[in-house]
Amino acid sequence: MSNEDIQKGLAEIVEEVAGVAADDVTVEKSFVDDLDIDSLSMVEIAVQAEDKFGVKIPDDELANLKTVGDAVTYIASKA
Amino acid sequence: MTSIKLPAALSGTRILGIGSYQPETIVTNHDLAKVMETSDEWIRDRVGIVSRRFAGKDEKLTDMAVEAGAKAIADSGLTPGDVDAVIVATCTMPSPIPNAAAQVAERIGVTAAPAFDVNAACAGFCYALATASDMVRSGSSRNVLVIGAEKLTDWVDPTDRSTAIIFADAAGAVVVGPGDEPSIGPVAWGSAGELADTIAIADRNSSIHQEGQAVFRWATTQIAPVAIRAVELAGVELSDVDVFVPHQANLRIVEAIAKRLRSKGAREDMVIARDIVESGNTSSASIPMALDHMRAAGEISSGDVVLLMGFGAGLSYAGQVVRCP
Repeated sequence: MSNEDIQKGLAEIVEEVAGVAADDVTVEKSFVDDLDIDSLSMVEIAVQAEDKFGVKIPDDELANLKTVGDAVTYIASKA
Repeated sequence: MTSIKLPAALSGTRILGIGSYQPETIVTNHDLAKVMETSDEWIRDRVGIVSRRFAGKDEKLTDMAVEAGAKAIADSGLTPGDVDAVIVATCTMPSPIPNAAAQVAERIGVTAAPAFDVNAACAGFCYALATASDMVRSGSSRNVLVIGAEKLTDWVDPTDRSTAIIFADAAGAVVVGPGDEPSIGPVAWGSAGELADTIAIADRNSSIHQEGQAVFRWATTQIAPVAIRAVELAGVELSDVDVFVPHQANLRIVEAIAKRLRSKGAREDMVIARDIVESGNTSSASIPMALDHMRAAGEISSGDVVLLMGFGAGLSYAGQVVRCP
């Protein structure tokens, strides 16, 4: 799966969980500062991403995923 | 050989009455924002709570338990003399001994009864309900008073915005007795001790600590399957469930579990308990109190199929299907 595909899939999840338009979920955006996503929504996004991409995203790893790009890189490295 | 005799097991059990009690003092999010760095909007977004009630310094956990228990007995149409066992689910007694149940039983007028506490934290009420149902069915007791009572404010740091905005005080109770038609289903229960540290009061000088993300992940992914197991054990379909009353932990957890149940066949018009909005998280009291409030508001009717689901510190969980009395 390409990074573009992961980003697209992640954007769909973010839109569903947090109501942020998928087009706004671009790699440079910070989940907390730019997309206004709180810690519990991050868990929901992680859980759905685990199902969608077949990866594990434990809470301690999740804490390091500050931007959409961080998450795409992490998922790509584990998938 | 001399044989040991057992009483004949009954065909079924049911909830005969429900009661609850909350302290008078209402604490709004605006009140909390005066003593800690928080806001009404922040609290509503994170946990869905608008207001909660705190017991005063002089109001004890056992006082609240007595109020709720007496109301449940009155609602059942029985007298205290008809009740022959008392179980109190609680995790916030100010001292480990004596237990709450014996003194509560005596004050209500259930004298010399077997009385004991159950500590399965926020799952405690469903654990105690299952135990009571099995006691009645096996013939150990005839009518059992089951109370969930908590004074969480005794164990919360009032300036800790991760917990002080969530937890509150209350008691809820039911009376369990024999029923020709089984109206309390088998319990689906268990524990996850590997996550024991995620919700804990470390020692007598500590306050409640909760790892919010870890608990949220566990509750939103692991509890719906247990609820579905309870439905299967009762021999009904998820689509038969009229009302879902999960422990009132956090509105977002409640909604997430309900969403999962709907994705597995629960009806869109299944009523969801949202008592947390005006009661906060009251641990073992939350499920019986939600039942009582929803019945008073006309959201539950007699005969409704109700799915109860407790989960919390331990971590522990228990759920069962019951029919509303």
